Amino acid sequence: MGYELSKEQMNEILSQLKEDYLIYAPKCFQDGGRFSDTDCIRYGEINKIEEIVFDKKAEYSFKEVLLPISQTLFYFTEDSVKEADAPKQGAIVFLRSCDLHSVKRLDEIYLRNGFSDYYYQRLRERVVFVLMGCQTAFDSCFCVDMGTNQSNEYDMSIDRSENGYQLDCKSNQLEKLLSQYATNNLSVTPAYVTETKTRVNIPSNLSYQIGNSNMWREYDTRCINCGRCNFVCPTCTCFTMQDIFYTDNEKAGERRRVWASCMVDGYTDVAGGASYRQKNGDRMRFKVLHKVLDYKERNGYHMCVGCGRCDDICPEYISFSHCINKLENGMKEVMEHE
Amino acid sequence: MDMNTKSLKKNAFRVTKERGITASRVRIPGGRMEAKYLSLIQEIADTYGNGTVHITVRQGFEILGIPFDKIDEVNKLLQPIIEGMGINQQNGGSGYSAAGTRNITACVGNTVCPYACYDTTAFAKKMEVAIFPNDLHFKVAFTGCSNDCGKVRMHDFGILGMTVPQFEADRCISCQACVKACAKKSVQALSFVNNRPQRDESKCIGCGECVLSCPNMAWTRSKKKYYRLTLLGRTGKKNPRLGEDFIKWADEESIIKIVKNTYDYVKEYIDVNAPGGKEHIGYIVDRTGFEEFKNWALKDVKLPEIAEVTHRIYWSGIIPK
Repeated sequence: MGYELSKEQMNEILSQLKEDYLIYAPKCFQDGGRFSDTDCIRYGEINKIEEIVFDKKAEYSFKEVLLPISQTLFYFTEDSVKEADAPKQGAIVFLRSCDLHSVKRLDEIYLRNGFSDYYYQRLRERVVFVLMGCQTAFDSCFCVDMGTNQSNEYDMSIDRSENGYQLDCKSNQLEKLLSQYATNNLSVTPAYVTETKTRVNIPSNLSYQIGNSNMWREYDTRCINCGRCNFVCPTCTCFTMQDIFYTDNEKAGERRRVWASCMVDGYTDVAGGASYRQKNGDRMRFKVLHKVLDYKERNGYHMCVGCGRCDDICPEYISFSHCINKLENGMKEVMEHE
Repeated sequence: MDMNTKSLKKNAFRVTKERGITASRVRIPGGRMEAKYLSLIQEIADTYGNGTVHITVRQGFEILGIPFDKIDEVNKLLQPIIEGMGINQQNGGSGYSAAGTRNITACVGNTVCPYACYDTTAFAKKMEVAIFPNDLHFKVAFTGCSNDCGKVRMHDFGILGMTVPQFEADRCISCQACVKACAKKSVQALSFVNNRPQRDESKCIGCGECVLSCPNMAWTRSKKKYYRLTLLGRTGKKNPRLGEDFIKWADEESIIKIVKNTYDYVKEYIDVNAPGGKEHIGYIVDRTGFEEFKNWALKDVKLPEIAEVTHRIYWSGIIPK
């Protein structure tokens, strides 16, 4: 059911929702950018609808809500262990179509990849998704080519309109709340883009042979293995485990899991001191092929959702989409040498 | 030919090797100007000078080869530049007022450079308004970060940008990029304890390398901007030396106040027989002792709580008798 609500009405609804939910949305962290006197748009808790940034892309995705960057799993001391509490409240997440498509990828890894991850599931069950419509694509977006430009998997959608906000609600619970304020009953379809400036072409003959191409060598020197591309990616799901013994009392501690990156040193360290993919180009190859080849072989659809954040964040101006577009020539190169 | 060389110099013109020929010294405070003024400088050089310009060490243009009798015309043409850059001027149309206090220089600063911790030109211009024009020999320079591209330690007052790095532990992914950056590029203020960086506040110089290297915004900049103030560096024949740290984590207001206070101190203690009425502040401090200087400089200055003041400074070199 579609609604149009004023800013004031939206804020009343948010304040009611805040009783049961933490509300996360892309917002502006003023002077919170990497460089001085710059802002950072990323996810954070909001209180008012006007805090949501609609006209810029969040540098980091929403995934930290479902997959906390650093998550304590349990505490231990002597012979006892205590599981870390789940958050008291559920979460409402405002996100765009590409990100909503990435939820399916996260679910695939954490719920349907052999077993269901307890810590993920207990957060996931209590998340409500609000789709933010996209009037136009940002420069680095390539969602149309990845088939992620439109989504119906939302609980509610939101688009800005002349008089406030237009919403399409699919959740009964939210519907009850909205109907208290509804000024109109409209037919609302969330905005979505049908073309993007950045285009990608994933060659149909793409195979692991591409690993023999010289195309990866360029990244040996260009890439600085900082991992920003992984941390901003809404579909990267890797973590590492840390057992911490508190410095004041080493008899107590905690186990936490922390985001990991296949681009950063240490990712492939194994017992005995060995380590793999030392060259940054090899790490790039591993990441790119995971996003557009091997994940699809296992799950039937590409992992990459085309949000373009990795392009935007790279301090060395390495473009993931540009790399994808090199795959076709790379395949020609390796097939010639067959 | 009759020319009052004292007035000539106070009007930002130079006595050159060639009799009757001068050069116009155009100051650009903070080193940045609108490009449109370049065409005015070109016009002066082509019309009244010898068609050449020297780019000066202190971020100015020296328009060369101007005959004495063209000074008035040159000053009229300079007026839009002086007004456009908001330079304190005593009489409109009379050219630059020049004297002992030298152009305030700045590195490119945070409007361009990722490392810079503040807008160096903006601060330089604030300082300009506070202290210009003045006959006393003061050199002030601004640089965005501890790299000191502005070579501010060669000045009486050097201002280096600082930020207090803020750490959000829950955003840290233990990659150690900050620890490595701090060790290799800065002062090894970060150690790695329980998979997270630990900052040694006494070592940290607020350069921001940790913030720049962090891939996940675990490190961010402080809302407030801070500065390191270095003192009494100098070049010259007698006893050149680099400036020493005076205050770490100072604020903008305090720095302006300290520089202004130092003018009062110099007026009190300058050698009345100093050649041209100019004496490097450092030599005066050598005479009065640092304590006396400090009393004057810090008068009514309210430093931020985290500020660290050096209570004794020992410069290198021989103190002249």
